[in-house]
Amino acid sequence: MTQRQFKLPDVGEGLTEGEILQWMVAVGDTVTVNQPLCEVETAKAAVELPSPWAGTVVELLHEAGTMVDVGAPIITIDTGGAGGGGTGGAAPAAEPVDEGAAAGEEPAAGLIGGAAPGGRTAVLVGYGPRTTEARRRPRRSGAAAAARATALPGADYGSGGTDRPSLPSDDGPPLLATAPDMRSKPVRHGGLEVGRQAEAAARREDAAPGRGSAPGRRGPRPLAKPPVRKYAKDLGVDLTTVSGTGTDGCITRADVDAAVAARSDGSAAAQAPVAATAGEQRIPVKGVRKATAAAMVASAFTAPHVTEFLAVDVTRMMKLRTRLAARPELAGVKVSPLLFVAKAVLLAARRHPVVNSSWDEAAQEIVVHGQVNLGIAAATPRGLIVPNIKDAGRLTLAELAGALAELTETSRAGRTAPEDMAGGTLTITNVGVFGVDTGTPILNPGESAILAFGAVREMPWVHKGTVRPRQVTQLALSFDHRIVDGELGSRFLADVGAMLHDPGAALAF
Amino acid sequence: MTALPETTEMVDPVPGADAPHLPQRSQLVQLLTPEGERVEHPDYALEISDEELRDLYRDLVLVRRWDVEATALQRQGELGIWASLLGQEAAQVGAGRAMAASDMAFPTYREHGVAWTRGVDPLHVISLFRGVDNGGWDPVATGFNLYTVVIGAQTLHATGYAMGLQRDGAENATLAFLGDGATSQGEVNEAMIWAASFSAPVVFFCQNNQYAISVPLERQSRVPLYQRAAGFGFPGVRVDGNDVLAVLAVTRQALQAAREGQGPTFIEAFTYRMGAHTTSDDPTRYRLASELEEWKLRDPIARLKAHLSRQDKADAAFFDAVEREADELAERIRSGTVDMPDPDPASMFDTVYAEQTPWLAAQRDEFVAYRASFEEAGE
Repeated sequence: MTQRQFKLPDVGEGLTEGEILQWMVAVGDTVTVNQPLCEVETAKAAVELPSPWAGTVVELLHEAGTMVDVGAPIITIDTGGAGGGGTGGAAPAAEPVDEGAAAGEEPAAGLIGGAAPGGRTAVLVGYGPRTTEARRRPRRSGAAAAARATALPGADYGSGGTDRPSLPSDDGPPLLATAPDMRSKPVRHGGLEVGRQAEAAARREDAAPGRGSAPGRRGPRPLAKPPVRKYAKDLGVDLTTVSGTGTDGCITRADVDAAVAARSDGSAAAQAPVAATAGEQRIPVKGVRKATAAAMVASAFTAPHVTEFLAVDVTRMMKLRTRLAARPELAGVKVSPLLFVAKAVLLAARRHPVVNSSWDEAAQEIVVHGQVNLGIAAATPRGLIVPNIKDAGRLTLAELAGALAELTETSRAGRTAPEDMAGGTLTITNVGVFGVDTGTPILNPGESAILAFGAVREMPWVHKGTVRPRQVTQLALSFDHRIVDGELGSRFLADVGAMLHDPGAALAF
Repeated sequence: MTALPETTEMVDPVPGADAPHLPQRSQLVQLLTPEGERVEHPDYALEISDEELRDLYRDLVLVRRWDVEATALQRQGELGIWASLLGQEAAQVGAGRAMAASDMAFPTYREHGVAWTRGVDPLHVISLFRGVDNGGWDPVATGFNLYTVVIGAQTLHATGYAMGLQRDGAENATLAFLGDGATSQGEVNEAMIWAASFSAPVVFFCQNNQYAISVPLERQSRVPLYQRAAGFGFPGVRVDGNDVLAVLAVTRQALQAAREGQGPTFIEAFTYRMGAHTTSDDPTRYRLASELEEWKLRDPIARLKAHLSRQDKADAAFFDAVEREADELAERIRSGTVDMPDPDPASMFDTVYAEQTPWLAAQRDEFVAYRASFEEAGE
């Protein structure tokens, strides 16, 4: 004689209780497998519960109309002798339904149709919350905790939950969010359109070899799975230089490791003096740094640079700055020396439009731009970027000041959008903020002129025949000698200097 | 050809409106009437032997029995959930038997009948619903992809797979299963656009069982579903989904067209879900009993049985044998289910990716160490 208790299952998903609407069997009835025993109404549906066994009804444990918790026994059925039931001879269902039986069994073995595991009636699903008391299982001390600690250094799932395991063997650079590779993959702001522009730019670069092209972006995209791509990116490995050994030439993690090893070997051989310093740090060339490097190399070796210098007494400009700052039109904006320089450059460019132009190698034409998209080189935590103010020539002084402030703020916050960096025509680099006098700036690729604005210092200066302390700055203009001759460059620089020396001269422009 | 009664025809897509500009009666392909009478269709001739007919009948009965048993097992707490196919056996068996061995099926989570025709062990499907694995069968060996629970996502998989076949130069086709509710999903529309653009060798097999869980089809579509195919630029056919012969003929032809490079076809198998959406659902809350009774008269098994016995293509001994086989199958499913061992908890990390990743391996090791840290370690 084997008596079994049928427990109220979770007939929906996540139900906790059900009401027995009616019993369809009585004590003493003979039941067969799947014969309806009772009707139960839950929060989701009213359903009939079929009998899991054949046998005789011994006891109905709850009357109709009772609310019963999921997992609680509702009926006892005598399934007769051994093998009398329909469920393949599992042990009584009233037995606790968990903990440790089937120990040591591989999950695959006997997954289906195998012998009933001894003493085990646990079901994985269907009975909802367990009715046995929930108690904490005792933990092992010492060794186990240590084992856990060594299992995954740096990971602690118990707290936070945002921690991610670091790669066990990864002593490379930390996993930083990298800036988008602007030249090959504009990823933010503008989506498809930006992507199209990038593709068009790449095509133009292809048509004009050697001009502003990022190296290594030729041919089809190499095959590699996303985690491997990230791994390579983190290690600064250009996948186009790696040959894959995986299926269909797919680049594997091992291939990337091999590329890193080869690179180390190669650089050690080629640049032996560099490789041996104590405490050296290797910074992968990527993101903005990589883009900057490519752009600078392309620019320096494409456009023949000429740089001219001019020292200017800007004392009057500095005085005017104080007066202008008090004007209501300029309330709330920063009237900086850079603002005057920007205004002077814009006015001078109007007089000398060819300075604001580009060299179209493919078409063998000089493109004189109809508007000035004024680039301002900005040092950001991610590196040098050159966002520009579109059609800056149409802006009033106050608008220009506002645009400069916004541009600076955006770039410092690292939020400069790709389109803000595209399409520049003329650039100012404000090296003076770093306390230096001047430099020889390299052209932003595709542009013809760039003006470096040095520090404004009080210096001995011949003023009206006597040596006086005056506020003096240095201007340096680099220009593309293919487009801008010495004369034009000189006139442009002289005009800018004249306006900074005597802002009133701007009235003549 | 016997048309379906007006009451269930979708002739009034806009509730309360006449919609005179829309077709009032669809062209329903039928080869076997609900009364079991064999009829011919000009476009879909079907040569079929008596033995094949009997095999189809056997398929239908066994699949239904499996489904009934699984539903009972869920009610007994042995399965977490079950999606019943009751009433849709003919649509699934007909579609499944139309496939060649080398074709690939991309099922939803209700294609138990198709699984049966692909040789998938019912217990391998049951284990998914019991929650011990994510589907125990080999999709490559069976030509039957794992169940997709995300509504409509498998149509994209099927289309992509078909485009792969195209590029391999393989002369196979894929059969993408979907329900009427899935046609409202973006993925399904994307899949059809891609399939049309590339003439991919894929057949979209939509079982219109009239309800997207509780939402009736007329709330989702202003036109009969098969007519949507025209908008994508490939043929759409409506077939009596409770007529296994018509489904077989239509699907066979569509798959053959796909293999021959003629591009996709949309098949709307017009059928009815006799049971609940899943075991968590109560259909009496949103549909009328009279509707159910009406569809019972078009039962897919009853009409084939009527045809077989009236035409003396099968005798009582045959029907009894099939019943016995069904009983044995039910018992095998029942005992196999309750005896299924729980999986090793650490195994959940093993099949996330085809190749183990360092991160997951680290997580698995940590999890194993965590479990081992208890005094009464389980495994």
